[in-house]
Amino acid sequence: MPAAAFGLLPFAVYVLLFLALPTLIAVGTGFVGNDGGFTLDTVAALGDPVVLAAFGSSIWLSALTAIIGAVVGALVCYALLGARTGGALRSTVDSLSSVIAQFGGAMLAFAFTATIGIQGMVTLLLQERLGIDIFADGVWLYELPGLVLPYIYFQVPLMIITFMPALASLKTTWAEANATLGGTARTYWLRIGLPVLAPSFLGSLLLLFANAFSSYATAATLTSQGAQIVPLQIRSALTSETMLGRENLAGALSLGMILVMTVVMIGYSRLQSRAARWQR
Amino acid sequence: MTAGIRSVRGVAHAPGRATRLLILGAVGLVFAVPILAMIEFTLRRGLVGGYDFQRWIELFQNGLTGEYAPVLVALANSVGLAVGTVVIVLVLLVPTMLLVHIRFPRLRRTLEILCILPISIPAIVLVVGLAPVFSGLARFVGSGVWTLAFAYGITVLPFAYRAIQSNLDGVDVRTLSEAARSLGAGWLSVLLRVLVPNLRRGILAGAFIAVAVVLGEFTIASLLSRVNLQTALVVVSKNDPYSAVILSLLALFVAFLLLLAIGRLGTERRRPARADPTTPTTPTSGGVQS
Repeated sequence: MPAAAFGLLPFAVYVLLFLALPTLIAVGTGFVGNDGGFTLDTVAALGDPVVLAAFGSSIWLSALTAIIGAVVGALVCYALLGARTGGALRSTVDSLSSVIAQFGGAMLAFAFTATIGIQGMVTLLLQERLGIDIFADGVWLYELPGLVLPYIYFQVPLMIITFMPALASLKTTWAEANATLGGTARTYWLRIGLPVLAPSFLGSLLLLFANAFSSYATAATLTSQGAQIVPLQIRSALTSETMLGRENLAGALSLGMILVMTVVMIGYSRLQSRAARWQR
Repeated sequence: MTAGIRSVRGVAHAPGRATRLLILGAVGLVFAVPILAMIEFTLRRGLVGGYDFQRWIELFQNGLTGEYAPVLVALANSVGLAVGTVVIVLVLLVPTMLLVHIRFPRLRRTLEILCILPISIPAIVLVVGLAPVFSGLARFVGSGVWTLAFAYGITVLPFAYRAIQSNLDGVDVRTLSEAARSLGAGWLSVLLRVLVPNLRRGILAGAFIAVAVVLGEFTIASLLSRVNLQTALVVVSKNDPYSAVILSLLALFVAFLLLLAIGRLGTERRRPARADPTTPTTPTSGGVQS
């Protein structure tokens, strides 16, 4: 090895210490029992009905908001097709999307409490003007259904950011070829546009799923009690060691999350490499 | 015969004006509601009813020194962490990327996978493993807030990598460094006087996105019991939701301006006279909520 290889050391050590080691610890503690020895008991906790229900809720919430977010986001991308890259419209939408998708977190919880909380603007408007009580069957904002709207609110912007490059890479020449051969807008989208975009769309959909699945800040701020989704169960496992009477449950839950994320991200990278074919 | 496909600014498959306005208008309106609700919330006059700017005025008159001083401390923490994270990107990531690019091209794919990996590891999972690492770290360097920068360096890795890599792809770094070397430059001056100036857009964009991600981070700080802007806002919201919402609005606005600046960096890349083959993509793409 040449001497220059030593230049790679600092970064390698850093990644080892703060990425590889924590991930191994997080996943590994799931196999450590109360006595410090190897055990499969904690991992078996993943089969516990409470834990299974949390994974079910997490997957349901992520899938629902990913699908809605992907469809709405793709529509916005389509609407932005004619706008000039770097123009006022595009750069405003881009920046707003990034702010909401990456910066929102805890603040989205405030935003939705102010909107559809018990004293929220929309709640009161509906009550006073139309006589509709959105909480007639109990307050659902601080439970699982309450997460749907805030999650969609950060999923749509992420879709705009990730899907726009794919849509923008549709070549004008394809539309011209279609027109020259006597095709209509319908044949263009059915035969060219949608098939070319399908891998990108599905890839973005998976990324949105992963995004919602691993999201913590909004849910943690909105629901201070209870643990309906997996990240919140990890919180309770971390803050109270006695949950379900098992130590190291956080490790087992992390293992479960990593497994789901791995499957999703493998699918994502497969689809991305298929999509890349058309994006030159 | 070829009805239906119009050409808007050379994009043949773009939607018509009416369709565009309809979609953007509808989505924009729905997305404006929570922001408007936040503003409406801060203007409420308690039980009396009606609206005024009292809460905004009060917050600025005495709030920023008295009861909300912790928020300022937290903001200072977050800014410090952002600077620390940028330093990690500049000192660890940038030289490594260049070294791999120039001397070890075969490791390029490995580096890419390594840098993108944090996207598939949720922050909440990372924090489970980071807790023991940080308690070990505390024995050597203490448990100051600044140590969080080590964790944030990992969180921003995918974003910073993509921003810098998209710039790196468009610059012939190899030829540049060989030319500089053959003219007698040492490695350090190649790095600082030739490569970094050529990659400043990517590096700057990577640094900006790192700042935005760090200022918005909640999960790791909250579960490792460190105070940063986001955790402080949540604490404030428990006692005084109005001030928390005002401060959030301000933070969102500042973040918006910051990201608008990143967008500008992305598009300015087109302008130089020398043809730059990279497509000016905004380096803010992708990402996973913390």
